[in-house]
Amino acid sequence: MTGLSVQNLSYAYGTKQALDDVSFHVPSGAFCALLGPNGAGKSTLFGLLTRLFTSPQGRIEIAGQDMARNPRNALKNIGVVFQQPTLDLDLSVQLNLTYFAALHGLSGKLARSRADAALDRLNMRDRSKETVRDLNGGHRRRLEIARCLIHRPKVLLLDEPTVGLDTTTRRAITDYVHDLSVNDGLTVLWATHLTDEVQNSDQLVILHKGLVLETGTCSTIRGAIPLNDHFLNRTGTDA
Amino acid sequence: MRDPSLQLTGSLHASDTDVVRKGLLGAIMPALVALRAIITRESLRFVRQRSRFVAALVRPLLWLVVFAAGFRAALGLSITPPYQTYTTYEVYIVPGLCGMILLFNGMQSSLSLVYDRELGSMRLLLTSPLPRWWLLICRLLASTLISILQVYVFLSVTAIYGIRFSPLGYLVLLPALLVTGMMLGGLGLALSSAIKQLENFAGVMNFVIFPMFFLSTALYPLWKMAESSELLHDICTLNPFTQAVELIRFALYGSFNGVALMWTCIAAVVFLALSVWGYDPARGLTRRKT
Repeated sequence: MTGLSVQNLSYAYGTKQALDDVSFHVPSGAFCALLGPNGAGKSTLFGLLTRLFTSPQGRIEIAGQDMARNPRNALKNIGVVFQQPTLDLDLSVQLNLTYFAALHGLSGKLARSRADAALDRLNMRDRSKETVRDLNGGHRRRLEIARCLIHRPKVLLLDEPTVGLDTTTRRAITDYVHDLSVNDGLTVLWATHLTDEVQNSDQLVILHKGLVLETGTCSTIRGAIPLNDHFLNRTGTDA
Repeated sequence: MRDPSLQLTGSLHASDTDVVRKGLLGAIMPALVALRAIITRESLRFVRQRSRFVAALVRPLLWLVVFAAGFRAALGLSITPPYQTYTTYEVYIVPGLCGMILLFNGMQSSLSLVYDRELGSMRLLLTSPLPRWWLLICRLLASTLISILQVYVFLSVTAIYGIRFSPLGYLVLLPALLVTGMMLGGLGLALSSAIKQLENFAGVMNFVIFPMFFLSTALYPLWKMAESSELLHDICTLNPFTQAVELIRFALYGSFNGVALMWTCIAAVVFLALSVWGYDPARGLTRRKT
């Protein structure tokens, strides 16, 4: 099965259950919004999807690769943007990209051409020599997205990537990643607690207190009422 | 309205020549590429943090110039291997101070690992498709090489100060420093896997670095320890840092201390195994709620 598949995944921090029997499937090339209030278990799910830690219960499949059986093949297919910035502030934009490329086994001309292409796509080529510390929050996020595409993953995982950004930048980045899904066929899992980042045609998983409340397309789930109202009704939390 | 600066331009799969390596080379090359990148990154970070370099150099120099000068009169040293003749205290503590650089750097490197984890850049490393044990070794090797560079800079200064060793000593020292650096870095790595927050690190520094340093042969020979307390002597003998300092001491004089090498290697393997275990994703020690 391609795309992204999570089956019966549970995880606990000591006695605190963070994820409880979570199952959903994101078809190949689909944009799926993982919507949940703070503390819903989104970041825990991302930790498991990126194998920062593992759970004895449940199964994760990335682009047809079982995370438990073939972790390296599964990780090869993932591009990830964590909620916390993971850029090296003291290194240049280009060095950040080529360092990441090297962690995926890419070096020399190939790494540089991939880095340049990634920067071109986000219109940041002219800033490649600048240190990351000199970039604003929006450009740093763009850079992280550019970076996660360098090794040509099939599945993109973005954990609240627009946190701390202004509305315009937030919108631009959301649109951009939607385009990646439509135009390049990337499977996207986009965790957020902001309903305005979800489009009608998106797949939607509503996560609350470690439980999946609903899955389906956004338009089907929300019906006639605005998504924000529906989300508030289901979780009792203002998004 | 869409931000025009974020419009898609070109294809994600723009043509470039993918080099697909097969067989053993295909398996090894990505690992070596990552090793080089991690060493380069650590070196660049080090170059940008000049204060760290100065601090690493000032600490042993202070011990050499101030502490050793004061102790020279108080402490008499007998002729024991590898020394062939009477040795001044300044000369005696140089190997220990080399070890001190490696010890402090090993711990500082693990502090930066905790810091990296807090910042998130450690996540980037751990989500690479390369084996996690290899990534940890790469990180360890990178920090060890930087420490070794600092030791040689320190020895250059001591040479100017008047304490010189033979060219063979400087050469034989290199593998001794590598083993010692990997051992102490491995200890730091194992500790970093167990430390959840940066704030907890100061305590570990006090409970690890200072006892390891003072309960070793870095400042006093073992026989001197035995004179004051047999228990202290036994603890010092068991301390892997003692073995590492003796390995360095013998190497600086172009000699080989097999026992010290064996114990340092054993400690290195144990600490490395502990860190790989500590960073095992199934243990969940690297999990941090954000």
